[in-house]
Amino acid sequence: MADTSVPAQVEQRPDRLREFWFYFRENRGAVIGLWIFVVFAFLALFGPWIAPHDATLQYREAILKPPAWQSGGSWSYPLGTDPLGRDMLSRLIEGARYSFFVGVIVVSIAASGGIIVGLIAGFAPKWVDAVIMRIMDIVLAFPSLLLALVLVAVLGPSLVNAMIAIAIVLQPHYVRLTRASVMSELQKDYVTSARVAGAGMLRLMFITVLPNCLAPIIVQAALSFSTAILDAAALGFLGMGAQPPTPEWGTMLAEAREFILRAWWVVTFPGLAILVTVLAINLMGDGLRDALDPKLKRS
Amino acid sequence: MLNYVLSRILTFVPTFIGVTLISFGFIRVLPGDPIIVMAGERGLSQERYDQLSRQFGFDRPIYSQFWDYFVGVLHGDLGISFVTKKPVWDEFFALFPATLELSVCAMVFAVVLGLPAGVIAAVNRGKFFDRALMSSALVGYSMPIFWWALLLIIVFSGNLGWTPVSGRIDLIYYFKDSTGFMLIDSLASGQKGAFTSAVRHLILPSIVLGTIPLAVIARQTRSAMLEVLGEDYIRTARAKGLAPVRINGIHALRNALIPVVTVIGLSVGTLLAGAILTETIFSWPGIGKWMVDSIFRRDYPVVQGGLLLIAVMVMIVNLTVDMLYGVINPKIRKR
Repeated sequence: MADTSVPAQVEQRPDRLREFWFYFRENRGAVIGLWIFVVFAFLALFGPWIAPHDATLQYREAILKPPAWQSGGSWSYPLGTDPLGRDMLSRLIEGARYSFFVGVIVVSIAASGGIIVGLIAGFAPKWVDAVIMRIMDIVLAFPSLLLALVLVAVLGPSLVNAMIAIAIVLQPHYVRLTRASVMSELQKDYVTSARVAGAGMLRLMFITVLPNCLAPIIVQAALSFSTAILDAAALGFLGMGAQPPTPEWGTMLAEAREFILRAWWVVTFPGLAILVTVLAINLMGDGLRDALDPKLKRS
Repeated sequence: MLNYVLSRILTFVPTFIGVTLISFGFIRVLPGDPIIVMAGERGLSQERYDQLSRQFGFDRPIYSQFWDYFVGVLHGDLGISFVTKKPVWDEFFALFPATLELSVCAMVFAVVLGLPAGVIAAVNRGKFFDRALMSSALVGYSMPIFWWALLLIIVFSGNLGWTPVSGRIDLIYYFKDSTGFMLIDSLASGQKGAFTSAVRHLILPSIVLGTIPLAVIARQTRSAMLEVLGEDYIRTARAKGLAPVRINGIHALRNALIPVVTVIGLSVGTLLAGAILTETIFSWPGIGKWMVDSIFRRDYPVVQGGLLLIAVMVMIVNLTVDMLYGVINPKIRKR
């Protein structure tokens, strides 16, 4: 018995990953989502080397050119050009960069902040917990987009401020989620035994309990990645996010609004980019949930 | 039960004070002196500045300003708009029916399509219908609604010319708005074509605003139905030989509705956030557009008061849903 237990422990990690992949693969939509996300991330990281043109360069002789397959279009601008003669495809690729950036930063800030506050709420005495949860209730009482909008108005419209605002608005979800799972973990025997063994508070929080709370948090992270992209685009659309000429997708849509009846492609493609990205991430999130957290499984 | 209601209401109080504090805080941290912003490009003399500062109470310590504001809020006094010089409270409730009308129509759209979609998907679990419906629901859930609105405008207003692009009714109709609800007022006015015009103006905004709730309701209905369909009493009903329509539509749906109703109630916040975008795109004269315009005009009392009123409304609805849920489902009360 003693012989077999040691290798089993060593193998535990790859096993877990394989198990995760086994369940994740079951969900075909999730795998498709993952592939789209990989492409999106690739474009975001290597955009400038892939894009056929500079995203801000204005070709005065090619204003509002339709996509290549329509009459009047040309393959040097595959998805057409915008009212200032900038190549749509290049701008969309450059836009992937901003959306990816927004997602990564917002989720990192909201998740790390939310996890720490949630852990504190779960471990702290009852009154601290009550105070923290009331504050989160207050933030959650405001419709998220409205609060983000007012926050950006306070901070001044820019992409960075939009990200800060969205992170603040998303944070309470992580706090609630972390606190709830900490509370249920704290009842379990392994926590008591760690405590009896003399583990300090920080060790208990971050090493004993937190890893066991991660599954729902990872799922939430995937879902709020898409919320962050959507909200940032909405703020950009309202003129409170990234400012022109930044090729952020929402900002591009706002600029294209007056041309909706004359040039369908300047409106259609940026929105389609947002939709496909958000959809892919949500598909992936569903798969993650099914694979990581059987309890939450919907069907 | 009384204890449960009381404890829920008690948690409402600190949240309410906090919400007031936050909306009060914004006006103090916004960049730029509100008085100078209010004076506009003309500028103003030092005496006038001091006078206004006294008038708005900006010269007094911050806690006493907050106290005054808080007492004012409790009396329904949210200050005066810088731009229109009307009380914020009056402006809010003059515009609110427009938003309410739009939200109700959006919700009707979402429920009428979402419930059957969820039931059909659950009954046909794993089959073609289920997949098609749930894929569309996920697309709807992921939809950037501001883009969705533009697409619908391109197709239905631009190419087909079926629906108008903005406003609540054609300008040729004029009548007194006694209730503020365009559908009711236009009917009451008795003018020919007024009601049809109001309906045509409502269609696209309702679809846009209702899309995400529709997707959420369809998904929630499906999962609630699946859970219920596995229960013993459903098997009993089947064994008794009841018609499938009766089992699914009455026995199962009734119990599946509990979580769905909660989701509907809790999506009020989503609706109001969506109203900001929808109303801006369709020039719908409601709360959402009013807030966005005020933010751009730096009309601080409006931003502050509107934020507070919207938050309080969301809180009251959530509290009501919570308590109703406690009434329907006794298990919840125990917590």
